[in-house]
Amino acid sequence: MDALLLSRIQFGANISFHILFPTITIALGWVLLFFKLRFNATGDQKWMEAYRLWVKVFALSFAMGVVSGITMSFQFGTNWPGFMETVGNIAGPLLAYEVLTAFFLEAVFLGIMLFGFSKVPGWLHTLATFLVAFGTTMSAFWIIVLNSWMHTPAGFEMREGVAHATDWMAIVFNPSMPYRLVHMLLASGLTVAFLIAGLSAFAWLIGHRTAGTRATLRTGLVMGAVLIPIQILAGDMHGLNTLEHQPQKVAAMEGNWETGGNVPLLLFALPDEEARQNRFEIGIPNGASLILKHHADGVVPGLNDFVAEDGTVLHPPVAPVFWSFRIMVGTGMAMLALSWAGVMLMTFRKITVNGTRRRAGIDGLPMPLLYALVPMAFSGWVATLAGWYTTEIGRQPWLVQGVLSTEQAVAAVPAPFVGLSLAAYLAIYAVLLVAYVSALFYLVRKAAKGEGVTPAAPLAAHAPLPAE
Amino acid sequence: MTLFGDPATWLPLTFAALMGLSILIYVVLDGFDLGVGVLFPFAEDTEKDRMIASIGPFWDANETWLVLAIGILLVAFPTAHGTILTALYLPVAVMLIGLILRGVAFEFRVKAPVQQKGRWNMAFLVGSLMTSLSQGFMLGLYIMGLDVTLFTLGFAAITAVFLTVAYSFIGATWLILKTDGSLQQKAVVWARGGIWGLVLGMGAVSVASPLVSERIWGKWFSIPEIFLLAPLPLMSALLISLLAYALRHLPTRNDSWAWFPFVATIVLFVLGFFGMAYSFYPYVVPEQLTIYEAASAPESLFIILIGVCFVLPMILGYTALAYTIFRGKATTLSYD
Repeated sequence: MDALLLSRIQFGANISFHILFPTITIALGWVLLFFKLRFNATGDQKWMEAYRLWVKVFALSFAMGVVSGITMSFQFGTNWPGFMETVGNIAGPLLAYEVLTAFFLEAVFLGIMLFGFSKVPGWLHTLATFLVAFGTTMSAFWIIVLNSWMHTPAGFEMREGVAHATDWMAIVFNPSMPYRLVHMLLASGLTVAFLIAGLSAFAWLIGHRTAGTRATLRTGLVMGAVLIPIQILAGDMHGLNTLEHQPQKVAAMEGNWETGGNVPLLLFALPDEEARQNRFEIGIPNGASLILKHHADGVVPGLNDFVAEDGTVLHPPVAPVFWSFRIMVGTGMAMLALSWAGVMLMTFRKITVNGTRRRAGIDGLPMPLLYALVPMAFSGWVATLAGWYTTEIGRQPWLVQGVLSTEQAVAAVPAPFVGLSLAAYLAIYAVLLVAYVSALFYLVRKAAKGEGVTPAAPLAAHAPLPAE
Repeated sequence: MTLFGDPATWLPLTFAALMGLSILIYVVLDGFDLGVGVLFPFAEDTEKDRMIASIGPFWDANETWLVLAIGILLVAFPTAHGTILTALYLPVAVMLIGLILRGVAFEFRVKAPVQQKGRWNMAFLVGSLMTSLSQGFMLGLYIMGLDVTLFTLGFAAITAVFLTVAYSFIGATWLILKTDGSLQQKAVVWARGGIWGLVLGMGAVSVASPLVSERIWGKWFSIPEIFLLAPLPLMSALLISLLAYALRHLPTRNDSWAWFPFVATIVLFVLGFFGMAYSFYPYVVPEQLTIYEAASAPESLFIILIGVCFVLPMILGYTALAYTIFRGKATTLSYD
């Protein structure tokens, strides 16, 4: 394999591994703040129990995100020097603002949030929790700005092959940024909602049926049920935005080869790039035209429009984009079904306790639903990765749409070097992923065994307990 | 923009200074927490928890200075960033894997099942060693002008060892400051053992730099520069003697002067850093590319500088707040 392909696999592996953890910390920071504020307002220990468990998940995820993120910042130079040499004047300030306004903020206040509980006044601890959540969100903002600019570059001019900024407002608020940012923040919210619901269902199933478990299971399900319809709407709008700015990506997502009307929504197909057609198509007639153009004979762009006269293919590889898109949407549908079923059952099922009928709440959830929620704990990861693959592979062969091709940016590092570092990264990522997922379940099991569960006495919250 | 003269002159200089400042802060701050990791095998298991407790609230922010330094290199000197990082491809990869290992080991050693703690302690040590050694290796290659020959690799191997010893030295002085009792006594012994490595390391770099580069030779050994530079080695020698003296008498009964070795080591690092900065200026890639040739477009640097002016004082402020909150002797690390 050549250095270009190896570098792409390495960057893909690094960024895929990295995004798993910010996806959790971005929204979990706000959920922790919610737990903390609920505790401050009610004094109810169940919120503290929830905070105690989930702050550990946060710390673990944060550490994974930091160390895998440091890797990313070096990869620009080690593997993609052409990126910074060409668009460094745009990417540089955006990355610099991320480090300055987000990284230090979250790193410093994380220390206070984790270890400062008994050392600082309560308001400062709550403020630290807020600043950590704010920092992770700022970080997401800046990196999404840069990523969106790579899809829909604006506010610059090329001078002697180098991009120069002409309008910073246009760069920051480039055409796809608002859609991508909202879509990603909601993805983070959904990932956390199902992580919390899934691990709480696991705690429930192993018999840890405390008020804290009830509170988190409910929080996760309600959060998921509220966010998923918004996400479907936001995703649709993001798709329409992509249709406007990167039609070749949408053509690949739909697996549509010829531009025309009455395009079906394909549920299944095997896109064949050699023959330039699909095999084994199963589709809903006019579906794609209806979704993208809102009428049955709406014209949907086709991939064949993106082949140059000399035969150079200017559209992305079709099958990976087509399939990742379907995995993302399918996972989203499963999220919709489960969270709405859960919330409906919690709201409308009634049980009789001590002769009075009341809303069943968590007790209304049937066993199969609880068992289904456990593997769904990581559904957010699946959907997020599939979504990013759709959009990023969908940008190929460009690194910066229309400005810089991926091939032009790669470093002249010998392929065996890249192979060596790639093998090392893959090995370590595999080990860490297994360790991370087992640690999450271990933390829940440990909490269930009684460690970390707060006794009933309200004052005990401030007695120094060993964190682990 | 013309306030200070030509921005094409002062902007690269300002960013070189900012990058230098970040590297210096990084070497001091992550130096001590990497050093604590390197010292791990010399400590008992219970002491390891306390050693971790002394760096737990800080390590994350400490590493962020590396991201800032590399970020400024990336942002302000993009061509140099590419040249340096592709030349150092493998040691950078080793360092990154080291950083990953030690960063996650912090969390896993207390969150994974207790039977696995030994393994994560090992990961913490190995990660800290990989990071320190590869940084020292990169420093050596950088001093040698990023040339790869048997000789330069040999020199880089030597600086790898010495930087690791230097980190473990500042780590030991941090432990003298942050602990007490038997661990503190051990840290004093470790520091006594490490000080010779520090002397040899600074000596090796000082002898090698002017020998490999005629330009550096000229900057050091001409008049009047030699008189202006003389205070650097003299002050370093004085500080090292004071350190050696202090380490023979520490810990004192009422724990006075426990801060001294750490502070003196910081000053040593600063002196060494200025010596290096003076020698290499104006080059960002030694003998190949100056900061002026490598700098980004002024309008991009300017927009970053505005952010830096507002945000850097805030960062320094809340970093100081964190060190104030967690001042005093480190006790058990607890979320409660």
